[in-house]
Amino acid sequence: MRYTFLLYTDPANLAHLTADDWDKEKQLYGAYIQDLNEAGVFVDTDRLHATHTATTLSLLGGTERIQDGPFADTKETLGGYFVVDVPDLDAAMEWARKCPAARRGKVEIRASMMG
Amino acid sequence: MSGSAARQGRNSRVDDGVTNATAHAAEAAARACYGRLVAILASRGRDIAAAEDALSDAFAKALTTWPANGVPAIPEAWLLTTARNRLTDVQRRDARLVPETDIPDMANLDPADFPDERLKLMFVCAHPAIDRAMHTPLMLQTVLGVQASDIARAFALPPAAMAQRLVRAKSKIKDSGITFSIPDSTDLPVRLSAVTEAIYGAYALDWLQGGDALAGEALYLASLLTQLHPNDPEPFGLAALIAFSQSRSSARILNGVLVPTHLQDPQNWDHQLIDYATKMLGHAQSIRQIGRFQIEAAIQSVHAHRANTSETDWQAIAQLTTALHRLYPTLGSAVAQAAAIGRAQNAKTGLALLGQMSAKQIKNFQPFHATQAHLLAMDDQPQAAHVAYQCALELCGDAPSRSYLAQQIANLAKI
Repeated sequence: MRYTFLLYTDPANLAHLTADDWDKEKQLYGAYIQDLNEAGVFVDTDRLHATHTATTLSLLGGTERIQDGPFADTKETLGGYFVVDVPDLDAAMEWARKCPAARRGKVEIRASMMG
Repeated sequence: MSGSAARQGRNSRVDDGVTNATAHAAEAAARACYGRLVAILASRGRDIAAAEDALSDAFAKALTTWPANGVPAIPEAWLLTTARNRLTDVQRRDARLVPETDIPDMANLDPADFPDERLKLMFVCAHPAIDRAMHTPLMLQTVLGVQASDIARAFALPPAAMAQRLVRAKSKIKDSGITFSIPDSTDLPVRLSAVTEAIYGAYALDWLQGGDALAGEALYLASLLTQLHPNDPEPFGLAALIAFSQSRSSARILNGVLVPTHLQDPQNWDHQLIDYATKMLGHAQSIRQIGRFQIEAAIQSVHAHRANTSETDWQAIAQLTTALHRLYPTLGSAVAQAAAIGRAQNAKTGLALLGQMSAKQIKNFQPFHATQAHLLAMDDQPQAAHVAYQCALELCGDAPSRSYLAQQIANLAKI
C-alpha cells in the first residue's frame, strides 16, 4: 500500500538554522532516502519552496481564479513529501518516526486511495 | 448502510418475530459470537463495517430459514459461511477492491483460533492511530456487539454523533490500512496497555448499571490478554480487578439501592471469583513491576479480605490509594484517596485533600460530591453534607446510586 508523508513545519522554527545546520539536515535526509531505498519502500520525494512562492489556481464555480500565495495561510506549512510503499499503517508509522521532518515539525501520514 | 444501522435492522426483524424459539436461538448465537465472527470476517479486508453488514444479513437470513429447516448444529459456523458468502458477493461488485484471499471456513478453523482473531480486533480498536476516546466505544461495538445507541447513552453523547464517530473510525481503519495483527514484541507493551485501558473502560461502564453481561465479557477478554503476554503483569491485574468487582455483583444492589463495598454482606459475594482474582493478583505481583490495575486490584483485595476478618482495613486502603494517586493521578484516584484517608485517619484530613482539588474539574464529577458529603456528615456538618449530597444526586444517572444518595439525605434529616 502506498502512503504519502506530508511534511509540515513552522518556518519560524527554522529561521535560526545556520548554513552548517542545513548541511547536516541535508545529510540526514540523504541518509533517510538511502534507508528507504535499501528497504525497497521508496517511491518518491520532493522538497518545496516556501509558501509565499505558491500560486493557487481554481476553476471552482466555472471561473478561473488565480491567487498569489497558498490556499490557506497557516502557521505550519507544507514543505515537502515522501511517498513510500509498505504493507500497512504500522509500517508507515515506523518510517514516519525515522523521517527527519518529524523532529522539526509534523508528518501527516495519508494512505493512497489507489492501493 | 452502517454496521450499527444494519444491526438495529436485525433486531427489528426479531421483534416482527418468526417463531420465538428461532429468534431466541439467533439472538443467543448473536450475543455469544458477534465479536468472534466480526473479527474473522473483517480480518482480511480490514473492513469492519462491511463485516458487520454481512453478519447482520446472515442473522436476518437465519430468522427466515431456521424456522423452516431447523437450527443448524453449529449456528456459528452457519452464520460465518452465510456472512462470508455475502461479503464475497459485495466485494465482487466493488471493482475497487482487490479480491481477498478466502475467509477461512469455520470447519477449517481450530476453535482455539477464535480468541486469536478477537485479540487482533481488540488491537485494531485500540490502535494508536485511532482517537483514544474511540477505543472503548469501538471495542464495545465490534468486539462485544453493543448497540451504537447504548454506547452513546453510556458516553453521554447524542446517538447520531456516536454513530457518526464509530462509522468514521471504522472507515479510518479500512482506508488507512491498519492491519489485523498482534503487534510484535517491541510494540506489544505500549499497544497492550491501550487494549487493557479500553477493556477497563468497557467494564467500568457496565458495573454501575448492574448488568453482568459486559463485565463477564470484559473478564474473558482480560483473561485472553494474560495468555498473550504472561510476563506483563497488567493484564493479570486487570483480570483480578474485574473479577474482584464482579464477585460482588449480587451484593452490590439490595432492594434497588446501591450498597457501598464496605457495607455489603460478604455471604453474597462469589468466593470462586474472589479466589480466581486473588490468584491473578498474586501472579501479577510476582512479576514485580508495579502498574495501575494491580494497585486497583490490591485495593479490591483488601475489601475482599473483610470476608475473613469482618473488618475493612482502611489503613491499607489509604496506603494503596495514596500510591495509586501518586503514580497514576486521575480525578477518581484523588477522590478515592481522600475517601480512604478520611476513614483511616479522620474526616477533616479527607476533606482537606478534597479541598485541594480544582473547583472547575470537580464541578460535574459526581464521586467528588458524594465523598465530600459523606465526610462532611462524619464531621458533624449535616447542613453542608446535605448540600453536597444534593449536588451528587443531581449529577447521578443510575437508579440504585440515586436511591442510595436519597437514603443518605434522609438519614441526615434524622440526626
